[in-house]
Amino acid sequence: MKTNIQEIKDLSVGFKSQKGKQISILRNITTNIRKGETVGIVGESGSGKSTLALAMMGYIKHGLFTTGGECLFKSQNLLSLNNKELEHIRGRKIAMIPQNAGQALTPNLKIGYQIEEALRLHTDYSKTEREQKISELLNQVRLPSPKIMALRYPHELSGGQQQRVAVAMALAGKPELLLLDEPTTGLDVTTQAHVLELLKDIAKDTGTSMVYVSHDLGAIAQVCDRVIVMYAGEIVLEGPVRKILKEPIHPYTYGLLKSIPKLSLTGLPDSMPGSQPQPGNIGNGCSFYDRCNFSNDECKINVPKLEYLSEMDTSVRCFNHSELISKTSEQKIKNHSQKEITIDEILDLKDVSISYAKQGIIDQFLNKVTDTNPTVKDINININKGETIALVGESGSGKSTILKSIAGLLKTKDGYIKFDKEKLLSGDLKKRNSEDLRSIQLIFQNPDESLNPNHTVEQILSQPLKLYFGLTGSKLKSSIAELLEKVRLGAFYMSRYPRQLSGGEKQRIAVARAFAARPDIILCDEVTSALDVSVQAAVLDLLHKLKEELGTTYVFVSHDLAVVKAISDRVAVLYQGRLCEIGPSKDVYQFPSHPYTEVLIGAVLEPDPDIKPKLVAEDIVEEKPPEKGCSFQGRCPRIIGDICRNKTPPWQIGDNGNAIRCHIDIEDLKIQQS
Amino acid sequence: MENSKNIFNEKPKGSLAKALDVISTMASKPSGFIGLAILVFHITLAITSPWFAPYDYKAINPSLMLNAPSSEFWFGTDSLGRDVFTRTILGGRTALTITFFGSIIALLWGGLLGIFCGLVGGRIDDIVMRIVDAFLSIPWILAMLLIVSILGTTTEVLIPALGFFYGKGIVRVARAATHDVIAKDFIVSAKARGHSNLSIIWNEILPNVRDAILVEGAMRWSWMLLGFSSLSFLGFGVSPPTPDWGLMISNARGLMSFAWWAVISPIVGLSSLIIGINLTADAFAKALGIDRSTKAPV
Repeated sequence: MKTNIQEIKDLSVGFKSQKGKQISILRNITTNIRKGETVGIVGESGSGKSTLALAMMGYIKHGLFTTGGECLFKSQNLLSLNNKELEHIRGRKIAMIPQNAGQALTPNLKIGYQIEEALRLHTDYSKTEREQKISELLNQVRLPSPKIMALRYPHELSGGQQQRVAVAMALAGKPELLLLDEPTTGLDVTTQAHVLELLKDIAKDTGTSMVYVSHDLGAIAQVCDRVIVMYAGEIVLEGPVRKILKEPIHPYTYGLLKSIPKLSLTGLPDSMPGSQPQPGNIGNGCSFYDRCNFSNDECKINVPKLEYLSEMDTSVRCFNHSELISKTSEQKIKNHSQKEITIDEILDLKDVSISYAKQGIIDQFLNKVTDTNPTVKDINININKGETIALVGESGSGKSTILKSIAGLLKTKDGYIKFDKEKLLSGDLKKRNSEDLRSIQLIFQNPDESLNPNHTVEQILSQPLKLYFGLTGSKLKSSIAELLEKVRLGAFYMSRYPRQLSGGEKQRIAVARAFAARPDIILCDEVTSALDVSVQAAVLDLLHKLKEELGTTYVFVSHDLAVVKAISDRVAVLYQGRLCEIGPSKDVYQFPSHPYTEVLIGAVLEPDPDIKPKLVAEDIVEEKPPEKGCSFQGRCPRIIGDICRNKTPPWQIGDNGNAIRCHIDIEDLKIQQS
Repeated sequence: MENSKNIFNEKPKGSLAKALDVISTMASKPSGFIGLAILVFHITLAITSPWFAPYDYKAINPSLMLNAPSSEFWFGTDSLGRDVFTRTILGGRTALTITFFGSIIALLWGGLLGIFCGLVGGRIDDIVMRIVDAFLSIPWILAMLLIVSILGTTTEVLIPALGFFYGKGIVRVARAATHDVIAKDFIVSAKARGHSNLSIIWNEILPNVRDAILVEGAMRWSWMLLGFSSLSFLGFGVSPPTPDWGLMISNARGLMSFAWWAVISPIVGLSSLIIGINLTADAFAKALGIDRSTKAPV
């Protein structure tokens, strides 16, 4: 048995409501962190996981206070120390890595200076030793040429590099415990896999204990030894990572795992009904009672205790966990009927290129083309009626840009977009007629931003109805009620403001608004990436059902390959604004594929500790697409030579029907990738 | 998150109920309560004073020149023997009326132009804002003096002139507030649906920038009051014998050393009104959740 580095005993944290009622955020947390192990804290937003992680370094957010219990770091209660005493612990003994390193680094100070500052505060090194140490640290986080890197400003680094610098700063004081708050959430898939790999190695090399807070079970599976699952401010399940992810004996964890789309499965994941109770709204019985499929009357009345099962080394908070053990082995796969795509073109993108560069006045006057290398170039996609086509790629791949130009928000530089076979869509929104505008609707990533906070649901949904159909009075009202029905919400939602809705409900309203126009095409811009996994599954399910019902065509933009696999019929893979591969989704996910698709698929994190991501390419980010040759030349692990740098690769058709744009012969690719 | 239960059961309120809510929040803090009390007192006084003013404000009586405050003349008399109390309670009427309507004009043109510039952006925005900047660099008092000396000091000239000069600041505030909103997806969504610019301004932007603009308007009101009184002080505001604080201060200041009462009453009147408006505007901003302390005054 390893010694405990941190022990949390019966910790409760809460706040006082305006009426003086005490509301708990964390309820009776008891756990400990052992020396040298990595513990994952998992939960959906609002489950209290970040509050717990902050409490572990003796920090309670302003407005919150401890209502009981203690947090012992080497038998010293952190929550009773004053600021001066905490200063000696924070940074030196316990360090934290924030979620968004881009915001955590001071923008006007050089990387080297910021690391030196951390060293000056947390160590007793002399000035020369510190300079030596900066290079060592940057080497340790695998940043290339540390001497040059130290002289850069944060904005000169990519997101992954910034996160590495944050890790280096946290390691400066040689902490015994490292807290990581969603350290890879904002990063691209390939970068994320690389950073996780780095964290794992650091844990192994230095023997530092780590606490890894994340909502992403895929990331947890890769780095953690032990997992704590939180729900509504309580620990509901705790145990070794394999046991938790392979035999989840708590119904919440079970449901959570089932709602994650996986590459190995086809079809939509199961969704969990309902949402997490708000703090202060938790009933008498089990906090998961409302959403549980395995509950009985006892769960409604009594709160289950965290029970330790020695044979599994797992603690679980459920009365019926023994029944669950047998049920978890059953795998019910809900197959979404992948329809044969009939060729009935509704949208045709032909040689589309889009440029953000603005022409100067003189160049405009001389009719000179200034930007020979536009952000998005040579996009040819035909979209058929009733299909779901997904545009996939990392940030900067131009997927949202293409979406905007279909919606008319961005002008195309060259090429055209044809709608319904003959109608040419104008690049200027003002020149499109109302009918064309109605036919194409958008759903955005973040419902907090896409719904006007000062409008009620009724006002939000009445906008398109009034604009396109001129509805008023009782007709308008009944149409709104009908729409709410369609997205599985009651008519009583009409009088609510967006702030009174949960994330999933907000996104349903956004979906309802798009469908209000009775569109032919709906453009979905990362519609599920701001949502929790269980909610994501429900929204995907809703989108799928609405499509079956109404025959709408979706253009679905996402960075998440597993989500795309679950919902789409066809996939187009983009890199730096150029198409790499396009084809039916079941074929794109199989080899042979474009080297970039291969990299992307390899980097997907599955919630299974036995499936490791394949890291094939470097996670460098290129700022600009190359002038000539293949767009992926800079990162391609299979680059064959000068031909890739000088000549635009040709389209090759694989035997499955997916088109790949690569210089490597398709037969060779097949051999190399198998 | 706070009071989550409450939020979920909250019924949408009518605009009157919302206004009452805001006012009660304002009055719940001492500074807001004092500000509101002073403002209400001044407005009531301005409306009702003609009915209970003890003397005729223009009755000149040489035998009563510069009498000290007494039971007969509570605030004393001025250099022409007129009752200072009468003239003080009547002295805020013109200033309040002119600046009130001036503020509304400033709010309307400043707010709308600011929102418009924020929405369209680009070259139009650039040009309009440079013009506004150019106007901001002109000392307003000189420009006002020029205008009133050409067009006269009638109400019809003063209200729009003051409204114009104090609206420039509001343009900038409205534009900045619009910029915060304009990048949000709900505006993009409205644009993509094909709503007209006017409909976007009215339905999507205005509800989100209204609070910021109203607070700025309230602040401008107190500035305008000070400005108008300065004009009167210089002799370009209200023409005698109409009582006005600025004019009264100007007339009595030479005699300050031996007839302090003639100058102190209008000073107290003017400054208390300005303090009242400022406190109210601050409380108003706080009640709406806008923190003015983080924003530099424009």
